[in-house]
Order: sequence, then structure tokens, then C-alpha cells
Amino acid sequence: MQGKALEWAYEIEGKDFRNAGKVSSKVKEILKELGFDPAFVRGVAIASYEAEMNVVCHAEKGTLHFAILPEALKIVVEDQGPGIPDIALAMQEGYSTAPAEIREMGFGAGMGLPNMKKNTDELNIASTVGKGTVVEMVIRPPLPRE
Amino acid sequence: MKLTELIRELALTVRSADKGLDREVKGGYASDLLSDVMAHSKEGDIWVTIQGHPNVVAVATLRDLAGIILANGRQPDAETVQRAEEEGVPILCTPLPTYEIVGRLYRLGIHGQD
Ligand SMILES: Nc1ncnc2c1ncn2[C@@H]1O[C@H](COP(=O)(O)OP(=O)(O)O)[C@@H](O)[C@H]1O
Ligand SMILES: [Mg+2]
Repeated sequence: MQGKALEWAYEIEGKDFRNAGKVSSKVKEILKELGFDPAFVRGVAIASYEAEMNVVCHAEKGTLHFAILPEALKIVVEDQGPGIPDIALAMQEGYSTAPAEIREMGFGAGMGLPNMKKNTDELNIASTVGKGTVVEMVIRPPLPRE
Repeated sequence: MKLTELIRELALTVRSADKGLDREVKGGYASDLLSDVMAHSKEGDIWVTIQGHPNVVAVATLRDLAGIILANGRQPDAETVQRAEEEGVPILCTPLPTYEIVGRLYRLGIHGQD
């Protein structure tokens, strides 16, 4: 294991609902294989999936960077897209700008960002309107009990 | 209760992952909003929805759900079936509407909360 950087990066295509969720499935698979607690892994999956889906639903394309650090997991999702004009408003549960065809699929409930907040220890969002958004999440695994 | 028993008791049609039917169903969740299911479903739940597009498979996999019941006569898209086969997610269909199938699941002892 030593010397091997525990870091991955995956591309996400905007509007590609066919492949949506595959990146988060990979993240989950990696954590499962490394033996992380299943309940913890399911929480990470929520945060990762919501961030991935926001690129699919709202942006043109993006990348999910995933790193296992000594103390925590870090997921950074950066995209090229419209950006978020009012982040505090976007964070409100139920707020969504998703168009009708996306809502019909069961997305656009305005729960994505709140779900990320609930399932992470740190959530930082930086966004430039007309350029894109960077979502940074830090999630600390439960300490092993012995 | 196992998926196989639910299929028999409720006359469900199996559309994918017929090798995964030995799985134990621990509870249930019903919703057509994917973020709601991500947030509130539990491992081992059977998920009742009318959404038949491929994204339901990702949600079921990420949350370790026991399977998906498509209510109201909804059928999965061809691509949904393919992805469900790949991921081993059982998709079961019923002509009954959501309210009715959930009621019957409850009567069989599949609850939403402990
Ligand atoms: N990556 C992004 N790029 C542009 N806008 C975004 C992005 N992520 C979120 N938003 C904005 O924030 C709103 C709320 O996001 P979220 O809570 O995930 O709900 P939903 O995705 O269901 O609309 C979105 O409707 C959208 O307007
Ligand atoms: Mg969202």
C-alpha cells in the first residue's frame, strides 16, 4: 500500500442520465473493498451521488476527485456550468431550478445540497456564475472501536 | 421475509436479477423522488416507486436496497433492465397502485419503521 496515492478522479458528463450514478458506485466499491464500515460507506454514497447528480442535472461537465487521507475522505466535484448565483438560497431544502423533464424523473426535489450537508463533516461550495462550481466535502470515518 | 416469498404472496412479475431473489427484505420505503429515497431508505428495504428509468438502479445499489417494486403497471425501460442485471438489482412489477401494494406489503409484515 505504501507509496500508492489513494486518489482517484472520474469524469461526469452533464445531461448524461444513462451513466448517472456510475461514478458514485465506483467510490462506494472502492471504500467497500478497503473495508470501511458499511453504514459509513452508505453515507458517503449519498453525498457523492448528490454531488454527481448536480453536475448531471445542472452543469455541462465535471470531475469528481476522491481521496483517502489519513484522517478523512475528501471528495471534490468541480464543474463547468452556469454556477450558483445565491448559494445560501440553493442550500435551502426544497429549492430547485431543475426543469420539468428532470423533475419528472424524480430529480429536482431540492434535497441534494441539504443531503450533502447532513452526510459530511465539512461542505464548502465556491461558485462563479457563468463559469462553474466547486463542491468540497470532507467526511470523517468513525474511529474503529477496539 | 425473503423476496421469493413476496413475489409469491403478491403475484409480482420478476423483470431482472432472478438470481438475487434469495435476499431478505428488512423493511420498505415508497417514494418517486430519488433524493428522498437516497436520504431516507434503509439497507435491505424494498423500494416501491413508479419510476422505471435506469437511475433507480443506481439508487438501489448505492443504498444497498433489497429490490425495487414498480407499481401501477409501470414497466422498466430496456436499459433499466440491463443495468439492473449488471448490478444484480431485482426489479419486480405489479399492476397495483402504490397505496395498494404498500398496504399489502405492510400486511405481510414489511414495515417502514421498527
Ligand atoms: N453544480 C451546480 N451547478 C449549477 N447549479 C447548481 C449546482 N448544484 C446545485 N445547483 C443549484 O442549486 C439548486 C439546489 O440544488 P439541490 O439541493 O441539489 O437540488 P436539486 O438538484 O434537486 O435542484 C439547484 O436546483 C440548482 O439551481
Ligand atoms: Mg441536486
